[in-house]
Amino acid sequence: MKIKEIAEKIEGKVITGEDRLDEVVEKGFAADLLSDVLALTEESSCLITGITGPQVIRVAEVLNIPLIIIARGKQPSKALVESARAAGIPVILTNKTVFETCGILYSNGMKPCKIKIFHGVADESSSFVD
Amino acid sequence: MWEEKFRLVYRVKPMDLASAGSASSQIKVELQRNGIEEDVVRKVGIICFEAEMNMILYSTGGKLKVEVWPDRIEILAEDDGPGIEDLQKAMEPGYSTAPPWAQDYGFGAGMGFPNMKQNSDVFDVETKPGEGTRIHSVVYRSKDNETP
Ligand SMILES: Nc1ncnc2c1ncn2[C@@H]1O[C@H](COP(=O)(O)OP(=O)(O)O)[C@@H](O)[C@H]1O
Ligand SMILES: [Mg+2]
Repeated sequence: MKIKEIAEKIEGKVITGEDRLDEVVEKGFAADLLSDVLALTEESSCLITGITGPQVIRVAEVLNIPLIIIARGKQPSKALVESARAAGIPVILTNKTVFETCGILYSNGMKPCKIKIFHGVADESSSFVD
Repeated sequence: MWEEKFRLVYRVKPMDLASAGSASSQIKVELQRNGIEEDVVRKVGIICFEAEMNMILYSTGGKLKVEVWPDRIEILAEDDGPGIEDLQKAMEPGYSTAPPWAQDYGFGAGMGFPNMKQNSDVFDVETKPGEGTRIHSVVYRSKDNETP
């Protein structure tokens, strides 16, 4: 899906990266913890999140994340908007929840990104993994 | 002997949330500009970001150093304190002492150490309560170089 189509489907507003609206984004990942994004994603995909601090843009730079969608009507910090603009990363704001945003994008053909599964349980007493 | 190609050094200030992550993203750009392999850049970026964030959130400040060698990237993150009381516990996935305000910024997953380890070929941490923490990580640039 093109970024501009994504914005339309989720009734979102593009606030940065307006010159990249014709780029295609095929995969998505949703998280509210940056370490989860860093730990789990194995390939570039857009990020659907409620995080509003500028660090999310740093993570996007490190991982080549092509698009950030900030859900549930959260307002990004000024620092986020400035960082995104400087980095040329598109950001879309939507009033929909992360759940609904993901549902809409999924049903329009967006795929989940490949992730690593962590079985790193240091404590033997917690044995929910085979 | 193969010689070091170049090194990048950044000072990381405590509680400096506004520029948090900027050292890591600059490192990423520099490595990319110098033609370092993409998967290596990604790993190094992740390791640096986690180390940088930890220094900002938990330490009194420190230095993030990246050395580029023909066969590997060496990362050194050193801070001046306060050190980690129980390192084994700190390394467990999910363990975090991040304050609630930091969670609003997306921190405190307790995945920093597991994440750094996962992306490193060599990973070790030295820490002394009252003194500081020193993280050393190596990422090899090709499979052939993994065994010296
Ligand atoms: N440089 C450091 N100095 C002091 N304590 C640290 C440092 N890095 C990590 N820690 C401690 O280790 C814990 C686990 O770190 P980490 O795995 O990165 O998870 P998180 O940052 O999400 O808490 C932190 O919550 C903190 O208590
Ligand atoms: Mg951390």
